[in-house]
Amino acid sequence: MNKRVVVTGMGVCAPNAVGLDAFSKALAEGKSGIRFQPELKELKFGCQIAGKPNIEHVDLNNYFTSTQLKSDPGSGLVYGVIAGVDAWQDAGLGIEKEGPPDWDSGIIFGTGLLGVDRFRESVSQIDLGQVRRLGSTAVVHTMASGISAYLGGILGCGNQVTANSSACTTGTEGILMAWERIRQGNAQKILVGSSSDSGPYIWGGFDALRILPRAYNDAAEKASRPMSSTAAGFVPGSGAGAMVLESLESARNRGARIYAEVLGGAVNSGGQRQGGSMTAPNPIAVRRCIAESLSTAGISAGEIDLINGHLTATSKDSEEIENWSIALGREGQDFPYINSFKSTLGHCLAAAGSIESVGAVLQLRDAKVYGNLNCEDLNPAIEQKVHRSRVPLSTLNVSPEVIAKASFGFGDVNACVIFKKITD
Amino acid sequence: MTEPQYYQKLKTIVSPYLPDDVSVDEIGMDSHFLKELNINSANLVDIVLDVEDEFDIVLENEDMEAMQTVRDAMVIIERKRSS
Repeated sequence: MNKRVVVTGMGVCAPNAVGLDAFSKALAEGKSGIRFQPELKELKFGCQIAGKPNIEHVDLNNYFTSTQLKSDPGSGLVYGVIAGVDAWQDAGLGIEKEGPPDWDSGIIFGTGLLGVDRFRESVSQIDLGQVRRLGSTAVVHTMASGISAYLGGILGCGNQVTANSSACTTGTEGILMAWERIRQGNAQKILVGSSSDSGPYIWGGFDALRILPRAYNDAAEKASRPMSSTAAGFVPGSGAGAMVLESLESARNRGARIYAEVLGGAVNSGGQRQGGSMTAPNPIAVRRCIAESLSTAGISAGEIDLINGHLTATSKDSEEIENWSIALGREGQDFPYINSFKSTLGHCLAAAGSIESVGAVLQLRDAKVYGNLNCEDLNPAIEQKVHRSRVPLSTLNVSPEVIAKASFGFGDVNACVIFKKITD
Repeated sequence: MTEPQYYQKLKTIVSPYLPDDVSVDEIGMDSHFLKELNINSANLVDIVLDVEDEFDIVLENEDMEAMQTVRDAMVIIERKRSS
């Protein structure tokens, strides 16, 4: 008998807000976290804007020991540890410094590439023949599992402690990996999340691909335009999101507050066939992924109230909408509400799925559907499938019960998860 | 540089690497870095680098291995600086 899995804690370090309450307020008000980045101008980037969490007011001593702060841990590791520890505490879980680890709690914290600034320093030193000067943290600040390793030590988790990586699908995939492990009874709780570094070395490759907007360097908040007819590419972002997933049994036993149930979901790949490629999704695979997520969740397409899409603000947005419409068999006025948080966050890459999932679940908590920024000029190809009223421009006070959250990534990989408000 | 000056500088270098439950006052001339001060062995690598920067010397692997206590470190630094 599979166990039911619920969300009992969340933490977030996003471009437009750090911390749950600030984040829900920012999403409800459509507050943009996208800013002009002088550093990118200096380096002659075409796109000189990005989303970067402001952690100036966060006291890192609440998260790291002074020894750990002796050398800069790097942006992605800092974001991940803030979001992870916050989620753990939000779930009402304590931190035991002594005694055995908690064998029933694990961590899955994904990333695309960790500690790229630190890695660059190491490369420079090595090239100068100074390998002996790298210091003790050159490995742990740059290994893909660095965040899960730090969190594992801070929280004392004794179950599986690992990192997943599947490009922009990473965060959503991680939630389903945690769901699976808890569902099968192999862990009671898993802190799951993902993180992405800030900075030119992460974003440069995308600028080189010419898929970032170049005409908005003096109008940063207008640049990210998911579903708009003037969508001109995704704005690079960064940050981290985290959730504590827990068996319903464990949550009830300790009287934990429950945000939502993870009803189910699916991950797949389009195999870079049938129109799919390294950078474009196979539409058949996307539809299969959505359909399969409904069947594992045990719900019908008609029960979806709200979609939180991947919707990065490229020409692919209309194809994504078409895939949702076909997979759900719904269109026009019958289409669920749909939103993309990338209009205010930018595309946080490996962190996108986790940050956006936190936002998705906050809509269940607060009985709201957050509005979409910058799509007053809805793409006509989208309007052919979806009635305008289903793409709210400002936040609605309607209470969604079931939300589908999807992420799609380079490598033609897909993930879709279904969250449901818990009523009983 | 006098012995107390060396000692003071070393204390300043070592203190950020002390675990939370060990105070700076516990650093003594014969304190063993790993066994008594409970410094993580990986952080000894950082202490060596900080010592190199502070005293403008280069420490070899065998120096590092010989650097078990505060006194060991002082002897090695003094020898390097005078050679």
